[in-house]
Amino acid sequence: MKPHSIAVVGAAETTKLGKISDASVLGLHADAALNAMKDAGLTLADIDGVATAGISPVDLAYYLGISPTFADGTMVGGCSFMLLLRHAAAAINEGLCNMVLITHAESGRSQIDAGVFPRTPSSLAGQFQQPYGVYVAPTVFTIPALRYMKTYGATEEDLARVAVVQRQWASRNPRASFRDLVTVEDVLDSAMVAWPFRKLMCCLVTDGGGALILTSAARARDLPQKPVYVLGTGEAFESPLIDQMEDFTSSKAFHVSGRKAFEEAGIRHTDVDHLMVYDAFAHIPLYGLEDLGFVGRGEAKDFIREGHTAPGGKLPMNTNGGGLSYMHSGMYGMYALQESVRQMRGIAPAQIQGAKISVCHGVGGWFSAAGTIIFTNDARN
Amino acid sequence: MRSALPTPTPETRHYWEGCKAGELRLQRCTPCAHVYFPPRAFCPKCSSRDVGVFAATGRGILYSYIINHRPRPDMGSEPHSIAVVQLDEGPRMMTNIINCPQTPEALVLDMPVSVVFETQNEQITLPLFEPAKARGET
Repeated sequence: MKPHSIAVVGAAETTKLGKISDASVLGLHADAALNAMKDAGLTLADIDGVATAGISPVDLAYYLGISPTFADGTMVGGCSFMLLLRHAAAAINEGLCNMVLITHAESGRSQIDAGVFPRTPSSLAGQFQQPYGVYVAPTVFTIPALRYMKTYGATEEDLARVAVVQRQWASRNPRASFRDLVTVEDVLDSAMVAWPFRKLMCCLVTDGGGALILTSAARARDLPQKPVYVLGTGEAFESPLIDQMEDFTSSKAFHVSGRKAFEEAGIRHTDVDHLMVYDAFAHIPLYGLEDLGFVGRGEAKDFIREGHTAPGGKLPMNTNGGGLSYMHSGMYGMYALQESVRQMRGIAPAQIQGAKISVCHGVGGWFSAAGTIIFTNDARN
Repeated sequence: MRSALPTPTPETRHYWEGCKAGELRLQRCTPCAHVYFPPRAFCPKCSSRDVGVFAATGRGILYSYIINHRPRPDMGSEPHSIAVVQLDEGPRMMTNIINCPQTPEALVLDMPVSVVFETQNEQITLPLFEPAKARGET
């Protein structure tokens, strides 16, 4: 897409995050959507495109009272919202619609009409993964990590440090689920989930949602919020079976998606002020830093240990506290996007002063998909 | 007893029949010689439909794994490995490493492993792996 042609003009999360016992999944989608419309100063009549993952975009449009001429239900896991944003930008530029509402919500903790991700006994996963005891994310997404650790000499302490640094960010965020600082020892002493992963190396399970509204940069100038421009976008995919990943120490989907977004944006890594890397588990930011090209292969553990991603560091990463400490409803991508938008608006709880470019990278389906969005608040970067 | 068992499809029946017969069957593309897994009726590298089935050696190395401390209810109550092995013929596959302690000390990356077939019911036998040195007679 053409850089600066599209802007985020509305962004909001659900009124509550964490444990929400008084709303269904659809109700949370609506709460986020209404909050984003209010944020953008828009009404239902302004919105002619809807996009969501996990539920039908038709259900969403009907429930809210929107009659869209564009709908996208691309569902590839937690980074679906990066892809929906990318597709919405293309649709607006192509003239298919003018104003797209993208929503996410899950009742991950309370399980009120929570979605199911069926894998039939005849599917690829049903035949070649499920028989071996695979079920929830910690039993699958974690598997490549030991190979990464052996290849690059990364240790359990290095994994723990990812969680420690993100808690430092979360401690600055009143909306974060966990805010008390932790040490490497605290992380290593937390309950074993799937060796080498302890509980504090795994994401939370919470309820919540978020919504974004996108339109053309021209239209954005008439709206109340400071526009956050889309500078570059990427999406890429690998195998739905983690055992078939080409390289266990690197995600091809991360690499391809990230490269595409950077090329489109026409920026260098040194131009980036703020980074979000979807952290379902502590090893994902290590892959993200390397596969997006911020550091060389095997260098992410040292980069984090040296404090470069921590408060005061040169590449602030996961400044909301991430999926490890902020919230994680199941498909966290929306919350990473929300934090990038807050940083670009200048209103984040842990605001990076003067930040002009934010890279937001998501993973979906346990390394099977990736989406990357690069934002800027500079109209003519 | 494991409950999440596969239902073979026409494209994978040879593989599951092989497991029942005590053979780990892979596929090889005739034109490009690519050996691949999981089974399908064409080569994922060159798209040729001219592919053959052969019995693999059943040998490989432990490539990566986790030890799941929160087993799925049908997998028992003790921590167990969920592993990926790299077969001598090239492809990787998911499995469990059995017949050894389920500990980091016993499960060493790159150690040789060999297939052992575990009958689940009349239709399904699963290919599991054990440390190669545990095979007494070989």
